[in-house]
Amino acid sequence: MESTAHAFKANVDHALADPNLQDSLAKLKVGFSERRRQAAERLPEFEALRDRARDIKNHTLAHLDFYLEEFERKVIGLGGHVHWAPTAADARRIIAELCQSVNARTVAKSKSMVAEEIALNEHLEALGIAPIETDLGEYIIQLRNEPPSHIIAPAVHLTKDQVADTFLEHHAKLGFDKRLTERNDLVAEARYVLRQKFLDADVGLTGANFLVAETGSSMLVTNEGNADLSNTLPRMHIVLASIEKVIPTLEDAAVLLRVLARSATGQESSAYTTLNTGPKKPGDLDGPDQYHVVLLDNGRSGVLGTEMQDILRCIRCGACMNHCPVYGAVGGHAYGWVYPGPMGAVLTPQLVGVEEASNLPNASTFCGRCESVCPVRIPLPKLMRHWREREFEKHLTPKAVRQGLAMWSFVARRPALYRRLTAMANRMLALFGRADGRYQALPLASGWTRFRDFPAPQPGGTFHARWAKRKA
Amino acid sequence: MPSTRPRRVALFVTCLVDLFRPSVGFAAVKLLEEAGCSVEVPPLQTCCGQPAYNTGDRATTRAIAAQVIDAFEGYDAVVAPSGSCGGMLSHHYPGLFDDDPAMKVRAENLAGRSYELISFLVDVLGVRNVAARYPGAVTYHDSCSGLRELGVKAQPRNLLGSVQGLELREMKTPEVCCGFGGTFCVKYPEISNAMVGEKSADIAATGADTLLAGDLGCLMNMAGKLQREGSAVRVRHVAEVLAGMGDLPAIGEPEHG
Repeated sequence: MESTAHAFKANVDHALADPNLQDSLAKLKVGFSERRRQAAERLPEFEALRDRARDIKNHTLAHLDFYLEEFERKVIGLGGHVHWAPTAADARRIIAELCQSVNARTVAKSKSMVAEEIALNEHLEALGIAPIETDLGEYIIQLRNEPPSHIIAPAVHLTKDQVADTFLEHHAKLGFDKRLTERNDLVAEARYVLRQKFLDADVGLTGANFLVAETGSSMLVTNEGNADLSNTLPRMHIVLASIEKVIPTLEDAAVLLRVLARSATGQESSAYTTLNTGPKKPGDLDGPDQYHVVLLDNGRSGVLGTEMQDILRCIRCGACMNHCPVYGAVGGHAYGWVYPGPMGAVLTPQLVGVEEASNLPNASTFCGRCESVCPVRIPLPKLMRHWREREFEKHLTPKAVRQGLAMWSFVARRPALYRRLTAMANRMLALFGRADGRYQALPLASGWTRFRDFPAPQPGGTFHARWAKRKA
Repeated sequence: MPSTRPRRVALFVTCLVDLFRPSVGFAAVKLLEEAGCSVEVPPLQTCCGQPAYNTGDRATTRAIAAQVIDAFEGYDAVVAPSGSCGGMLSHHYPGLFDDDPAMKVRAENLAGRSYELISFLVDVLGVRNVAARYPGAVTYHDSCSGLRELGVKAQPRNLLGSVQGLELREMKTPEVCCGFGGTFCVKYPEISNAMVGEKSADIAATGADTLLAGDLGCLMNMAGKLQREGSAVRVRHVAEVLAGMGDLPAIGEPEHG
């Protein structure tokens, strides 16, 4: 997917002026966080499970090479194939060749953010292979030719009315020429339209929530069951997953699943949890003839051993964005690439470059709500601050900011000078506007006063000046 | 451990209180003295370094942190009327000196005796009530660093419960950021405005006549938005009300008479 992260500020303006988006965000902000809170409260050991989940991922990352090779060995033993893709281009090529090897015309896809990351759909379409999104949200945005705006709820930016219009526009030619208004009717129509596409698909492509090294299984959770149709009906099943999805054992998966659904949607567990362990075996009633796992690196191994490594613990639950007031104000598209919200603000600069995505780690108040809900306790504000440090070291921080900071720092490091200047600033501010107690406009402060009044200082001088008088 | 023994406490005034609202500093001094502390204001303090820290300028942050560590050497406790500055000293300074063991020891020493004002009063000094009166309905905003780094949540509410005439009306989401974020509010004014706009709606919905919080930056942001919207809600630092200084002109209000 083409990044527009560099245009973050323009994206923000657009998002703030979109009433449908603001309507959708208002619901999201309340719904997700309230459900997560209730789910966490119902499970007394939830906080302890978060610690265990963090530890499992840390252990795996410390031995990532070992567990990946173990996973590969197991998959091969099951009769499957593992393909290592260092870059997005490698992954696209591998998947295209696999599809072409069975003369695939259509690929049934279950939601995969990694597929978005490598822009798989565009690539397949260019080769004459039709990708069909089977997750309802992904299906809706595929019809609308839009990118996802949330990692677990890709169409969360849309209202029901927008979906109704989209279905009417695209389904009329299939005989569904009545505009639907009920949520259940919309779902039923999508289900009907998609069913035949599952049956027709030559290849099923899914992501993975976890890759289990001990068994060679890929594990997927959905609420729609679409992944199960994607991986059992077609002749070939391709799993596309990034390397940090591997975990050691099924026991570990059990811990991670317990925090995943609760953090994501407030469910105790997702409606469907599916383990795919190799191709169809003799005697199996169904399942794919071929089972392939494409392991994508795309810059992740470069994060290992660095101060950013913690982001590789992410299990893509979306809780950080569900609780982020910045995401809640502007939605996912403003972030300009696949991964929005706090985890995106940390991951995107790594994957598309800090120059392209410099706004993302800066557009945070460091309120810390993301870290407080992260099921694997990623210190997201700290990691965003690391990006700001790298930008500062690389002289990417805007010149005006650097100069202002340098001036401020010169003064702040000289307490006597600081006292004189703050006393002067206090008097100068008093010269205009103190009668009102606040300013509607202030030189050099338009960023503040465009939207807010600026409170005037209390009369009588700075605290330190008054304290010195009191002590004298 | 609660104790009535006077302690030698250094006040970390914070740059915003120093420049804009000295009464918060005097309120802090009053509350600390009433709780039996002897309060000093080390003259070599300026700022805690957050503007540099959050811009990614580690070298400047370290220089300022070293200056703060020097200035506050030897006091039993260092207390700030701010969760974000208190959190900077107690949670972030040690990490600045990972490659300087001698300074790291000093930073950890400072961190171990640095506190946000209200949690210091309640958790360390064992203060349970105050002799203040504030007639009216107030709502309390949980500033982010105090809440999530320092666990300041029940302490201000408990003390406010002892203020005569005061009725606390909770917002729907008192824990959601107000959109201040230091330089964030001027770097991304549109997002900040959307956030503080939502906050002001939440405040208005309580019907409270006064908004309180423990951080002046957040308070100035919310006061500025409420006043731009023409709201009559008065905005004060929680320490002012607890210290019986709730009759001063509120933040952004003109002088009486």
